[in-house]
Amino acid sequence: MSIKLLLDKVHVEGIRTYEVYKREGGYRAAEKALKTMSPDAIVEEVKKSGLRGRGGAGFPTGLKWSFLAKPEGIPRHLVCNADESEPGTFKDRYLMEFIPHLLIEGLLIASYALGSNNTYIYIRGEYAWIVDILEQAIQEAKNNGWLGKNILGTGFDCNIYVQRGAGAYICGEETALIESLEGKRGNPRIKPPFPAVQGLWNRPTVVNNVETIAAVVPIINITGEEYAKIGVGRSTGTKLISACGNINKPGVYEIDMTISVEEFIYSDEWCGGIKNGKRLKACIPGGSSVPILPANLLLKTAKGETRYMNYESLNDGGFVSGSMMGSGGFIVLDEDQCIVKHTATLAHFYRHESCGQCSPCREGTSWMDKIFQRLEKGQGKMSDIDLLWHIQYNIDGNTICPLGDAAAWPVAAAIRHFRDEFEWHITHAAEAQTRNFGLAHYADPLPVVQ
Amino acid sequence: MAVQFSQDTMNKVQEIIARYPEGKQKSALLPILHLAQESFGGWLSVETMDYVASILNLTKIEVYEVATFYSMYNTKPVGKYVFEVCQTGPCMIEGSDEIINYIKDKLNIGVGETTQDGLFTLKTVECLGACGYAPMMQLGKHYKEHLTKEKIDTIIEECSKSASVNN
Amino acid sequence: MSEEIKKEAPKKFTVTIDNIAIEVAPGTTILQAARMIGGDVVPPTMCYYTPLKESGGKCRTCLVEVSKGSEKDPRPMPKLVASCRTTVMDGMEVKNITSERTLHARQGVVEFLLINHPLDCPVCDQAGECDLQDLSFGHGEGGSRLDFPKRTFTKHNIGPYIQLHMTRCIMCYRCVFAADQLTKEREHGVLDRGYHSEIATHIEKALTNDFIGNVIDVCPVGALTDKTFRFKNRVWFTRPEDAHRDCDKCCGKVTLWKRGDDVLRVTARKDQWGEVQTYEDGTVGWICNECRFEKKNTNDWVIEGPTNVSRHSIKSVNHYINMLKPKETIPDVMGRNPKLLMDIHDVSEVNDPSIKLSKINGPATSKTFNKLIENKE
Ligand SMILES: Cc1cc2nc3c(=O)[nH]c(=O)nc-3n(C[C@H](O)[C@H](O)[C@H](O)COP(=O)(O)O)c2cc1C
Ligand code: SF4
Ligand code: SF4
Ligand code: FES
Ligand code: FES
Repeated sequence: MSIKLLLDKVHVEGIRTYEVYKREGGYRAAEKALKTMSPDAIVEEVKKSGLRGRGGAGFPTGLKWSFLAKPEGIPRHLVCNADESEPGTFKDRYLMEFIPHLLIEGLLIASYALGSNNTYIYIRGEYAWIVDILEQAIQEAKNNGWLGKNILGTGFDCNIYVQRGAGAYICGEETALIESLEGKRGNPRIKPPFPAVQGLWNRPTVVNNVETIAAVVPIINITGEEYAKIGVGRSTGTKLISACGNINKPGVYEIDMTISVEEFIYSDEWCGGIKNGKRLKACIPGGSSVPILPANLLLKTAKGETRYMNYESLNDGGFVSGSMMGSGGFIVLDEDQCIVKHTATLAHFYRHESCGQCSPCREGTSWMDKIFQRLEKGQGKMSDIDLLWHIQYNIDGNTICPLGDAAAWPVAAAIRHFRDEFEWHITHAAEAQTRNFGLAHYADPLPVVQ
Repeated sequence: MAVQFSQDTMNKVQEIIARYPEGKQKSALLPILHLAQESFGGWLSVETMDYVASILNLTKIEVYEVATFYSMYNTKPVGKYVFEVCQTGPCMIEGSDEIINYIKDKLNIGVGETTQDGLFTLKTVECLGACGYAPMMQLGKHYKEHLTKEKIDTIIEECSKSASVNN
Repeated sequence: MSEEIKKEAPKKFTVTIDNIAIEVAPGTTILQAARMIGGDVVPPTMCYYTPLKESGGKCRTCLVEVSKGSEKDPRPMPKLVASCRTTVMDGMEVKNITSERTLHARQGVVEFLLINHPLDCPVCDQAGECDLQDLSFGHGEGGSRLDFPKRTFTKHNIGPYIQLHMTRCIMCYRCVFAADQLTKEREHGVLDRGYHSEIATHIEKALTNDFIGNVIDVCPVGALTDKTFRFKNRVWFTRPEDAHRDCDKCCGKVTLWKRGDDVLRVTARKDQWGEVQTYEDGTVGWICNECRFEKKNTNDWVIEGPTNVSRHSIKSVNHYINMLKPKETIPDVMGRNPKLLMDIHDVSEVNDPSIKLSKINGPATSKTFNKLIENKE
């Protein structure tokens, strides 16, 4: 049985509207928070819950909130990161599209806790119709006294605005997002100063992912302590996973972080197994930026233990034999997929999305993309594999923002785990144009490292 | 065509500017460029961008810089219907290549090109956040998901029809 | 508030760079501290420019390893940091040339900066005073691993003063900051993004705002050069002299780049880091367009004397201070003056000494010379 905190009501007819959402127990948390709790008490509650940022980095949310500078007389802002552009990730969209009031309620509570009177939702420009849904929800909330001036007679004022981006993955990076919200090019800022001190319009700012904000609602409802009991270790609460690729049931799932990867892929409750009875070859468990894992390392760690769907277990083995939870974009590849081609599309993606500010990322991503295109055309050279390795190595860690790392990791992992497939691409250039390398030994059990 | 927002749009512009603190009207640039693109033929001419600069009291180069950074702003004219097909990994797995090739053949245009009648433009784009419903494309404000060749046929037919009704 | 700070005993931070310790004021960056020490421990820079606010952090050539964060928090920093944008902490320990990691990363950065660079130094006016040349000489690899066509751009004309060669640009943003901070309205900027980002005006536009000429001085490479000096000479054949004039717009303090009495080029005065001088009163020696582009006669200027040029620079070849003229021995030995086998000026008009290069409009080619000589006759 699975616990659902965010999506439990998502299938209720009409949940998108205020009336139904309220009838189903909505805005109870907001009322509790604003009427009975102090802002600091809310921050404490979130700290207790162990909630970690759902945008990709997994930073403890309560801690992040407590870092917010509070200089006298300077307004503070909460910004909700709804840029969701990481390939494989489409969970925030689901939440906003189907249960928008959950986000609005979460934003209200978080704004109150952080003292943000003007809160912005920065949504990727392509989600144009979701802007309408959110604006509708905001209007309804306002009409019912949940937004605007003197909310519930507490003296707290809060407005929420939706800002549409215009097509730039980099604007998901929090400082680039702030720049974009200021009407500029989405060039990430050089840190420090951090947004918590100088963010939007140089004011203290917290940027949080949609799902992170939504999770605040159940935390207030059931208390942080109860929330922390769900899940395992430092992976508390529930997590939305957007599953796609060669599976029977692609979609958005809410899991508590105790289930194994194997169960997630094969159980009918979740992905429902690999499509067309094929076999699992590889998987990118947390959005395109995180390392790809071959089937054998995905289901079991290098120590031979079962791998679970949580922050720690997915990261078991570091980047040598593990991966990351990332944003929860779960991309499954079956035996017919070509790792080289798949990585090539990602290399192309990062080249397209680099803002171009810093030299390693601007030049490195395009260089890797060119090499991948050559490999794909069957004109690769054996030395290209090492060259790719060196380029990614020279990018990793040397850039302004983590996009550089995000571009380097998928290439590194693909070469690390699938080098023989790369080599085959080069030695069998003509054949590689007509068929894929196949499953090879990627699902075979590995010798266990002690 | 003189570049000038209608009164309705102008009200919307004022409403957007009011979302930000005094003196931070530059923040309205992205939303207003969206409005401008919708109002003036689906793309941003230099004239349009200069007009936006004058509304927001910005230098012209500030607007050009922003307009050329974001992939959703077209700084060149496009067709009435723009097919933006996603080609990133998860969509590729589900056959986006085939869809792109099919559209190319059917409309007899390459990627980035517009049909002679000015109706259709084909673009390839990067992940649009619909990976579970692949292959997919964006058409105007909405997504078309789980694409098949038959679906493409229907979409093209519908677009052509509604274009001829409007003319 | 500021009074209070002054009253407190000035607190100093101790920072150790490549095992050399120095005391600096809080707020100093690692780069500034390293420059105070001087010598080899100074990280190379391509995008940071002291007089330009917000500059730095982009090129990543100045990356260094922080092996100890501070006295209070001695943990090393996990990633290499941009020394130009990282302020020191008390007790910080930094490794520049003593860190393998730093040197390796820097080599990588240099390679990235060079892969799309045209390497057209033989026809580039910046050659001889180009930071990228120095950088690749000091830190680069011998060969290139890029076997793809290099990036190209559509050429744009940005007016009579400034020549733009986009292929040489390293996207340091210095010219953007300079235009923002020195001119009345910035008219050029960074367009497009990522691999295709370029310095441009979007519309064909001449950059003529006063003080815009300073972008030539801040550009570390030959992407922005002086059109009035274009192809007139190699910088190492010209002789730099400090000079000044009364100017109501700028400080009027410049360096003249001369050939004979001919003023070929005027630039702001640079300090030892290649940046425009900051004078003792804190003003920065930016110069106006008039001083830079219009004053090409020696008598426009009061000459102060030869510019100090580092002995290590190629430009020092024309540095005549205290140079002894070698004694002519031939007349003594032969009893007559030597006969020239051929006088180059008899067979070619190029570089005819009677022609003033500075008076030629545009680049000087053999055609220009021929025409001038015809006119003279
Ligand atoms: C290149 C890049 C893209 C990112 N994209 C997103 C995104 O689309 N959505 C998101 O919530 N966070 C994204 N992030 C993470 C944000 O920078 C930031 O960590 C996050 O919004 C913090 O929210 P959280 O603590 O609630 O996770 C991205 C980071 C990087 C470096
Ligand atoms: S790493 Fe890439 S995206 Fe990030 S600042 Fe540098 S160039 Fe821009
Ligand atoms: S033109 Fe010169 S100053 Fe401007 S960004 Fe390029 S390299 Fe830097
Ligand atoms: S990969 Fe196509 S929508 Fe994500
Ligand atoms: S000089 Fe420091 S990053 Fe360029």
